[in-house]
Amino acid sequence: MALDFSNATVKAWRRENGRVGVRNHVLILPVDDISNAACEAVANNVKGTLAIPHAYGRLQFGEDLELHFRTIIGTGANPNVAAVVVIGIEPEWTQVIVDGIAKTGKPVTGFSIEQKGDFETIRQAGWKAKEYVHWASELQKEDCPISDLWISTKCGESDTTTGLSSCPTVGNMYDKLLPQGIYGCFGETSEITGAEHICEKRAANPEAAAKFKKIWQAYSDDVIFAHQTDDLSDSQPTKGNILGGLTTIEEKALGNLEKIGRTSTYIDAMGPAETPSKGPGLYFMDSSSAAAECVTLMAAGGYVIHTFPTGQGNVVGNPIVPVIKISGNPRTLRTMSEHIDVDVTGVLTREMTIDQAGDALIEMIIRTANGRMTAAEALGHREFSMTKLYRSA
Amino acid sequence: MRNIPQLLVHDHADNVGVVVVEDLKAGTEMLCVVTSDNSDFRLTAKADIPIGHKVALKALKAGDTVIKYHEDIGKMVGDAEVGGHVHTHNCKTKRW
Repeated sequence: MALDFSNATVKAWRRENGRVGVRNHVLILPVDDISNAACEAVANNVKGTLAIPHAYGRLQFGEDLELHFRTIIGTGANPNVAAVVVIGIEPEWTQVIVDGIAKTGKPVTGFSIEQKGDFETIRQAGWKAKEYVHWASELQKEDCPISDLWISTKCGESDTTTGLSSCPTVGNMYDKLLPQGIYGCFGETSEITGAEHICEKRAANPEAAAKFKKIWQAYSDDVIFAHQTDDLSDSQPTKGNILGGLTTIEEKALGNLEKIGRTSTYIDAMGPAETPSKGPGLYFMDSSSAAAECVTLMAAGGYVIHTFPTGQGNVVGNPIVPVIKISGNPRTLRTMSEHIDVDVTGVLTREMTIDQAGDALIEMIIRTANGRMTAAEALGHREFSMTKLYRSA
Repeated sequence: MRNIPQLLVHDHADNVGVVVVEDLKAGTEMLCVVTSDNSDFRLTAKADIPIGHKVALKALKAGDTVIKYHEDIGKMVGDAEVGGHVHTHNCKTKRW
């Protein structure tokens, strides 16, 4: 008998725009790579803040620049973030980021380094960061319905056990929680290859199906076939996948798609780091299958908890979003259990049903929302990886 | 305690299954469970096959389509006997 989660609540922070966050970060956010040092200095000086250095932000243009802005703004706007100090080399792009984040109503202030230098910027930004820490640390959690959670998914270091156990566990969670009104998200465009015909059929409407197909086809044509070597299977499946028993991209894709369950359908297909705009439901996001890039994009889209099935043992985390690891591979649980939050090895021994595994994941989602640190958080995994579409000018 | 299966098969239409225990040795008479309806059968492993790797449920010849999840996951580029190992040495995507 499945548990009833319809009246479940979590203790979390209700933000100015009504969204619910499960963490309460004060971010020190660089606009560009050369502002990382100042951000890290501020985060070192003011405890309770978090700098998230990254590799890009200069001389980008067009769609690539739009994605950069969308990712940085979305990260600051995420409900797991209480307040943001933005630092960039010059004032104009810094202001673009500040204005984007300010739309949420949360406190945000920008600082730029030119005509000032790192020392003075760090001093000014440090005062603001300290003010934000005092303010954020007194914000109180409140009871929020589970339906207020935005939960994303992506699997990594997959093997044949993910398709049998941990991916269908996530699918079962979606089949149970999407009807409650949560927002869901799956992606990994290249990794749908081999199951694209099935994915297309899982759209809730013809528009979403057409958008998905266009995104998938564009990736195949513009990236895979434009840059292919003699054999893409040198990269997809990965060497780790192959060690785990996955032989072909089709086999990997079919296991991957188990994450959207039996009954769930997606209502829209969106671009990388875009925010869902069609209300509660499941969304496809155009995204890389590289773990840190994908989780970063989904966090920038506004998702506050990430569910991550792994077979061979991917260790990824994210600076602002708790990443819950699920594994059913007994060797992985034996050799690297410090990375796993939900053990579903019982699915392989037939001592646990997928329905029970789904309930165990939902219980872990609730505990994580209430404050339990995930394995990735406890181990300091804060991978923040920007997706870049093409070379900078 | 119930017997723990050594091999799981997604669907009755599949011609491969997945080893789900460590250190499976050639000659093991495996308990095999079809996850779609929990039915089971027995099959003898013909090789030491690592956890997560695939086993042929019937004799497969080069050119045969490999079926898993009741779907086409690629083609055989070598042969595999019943109970033999199916992986990159004898199976490949049809795409690239």
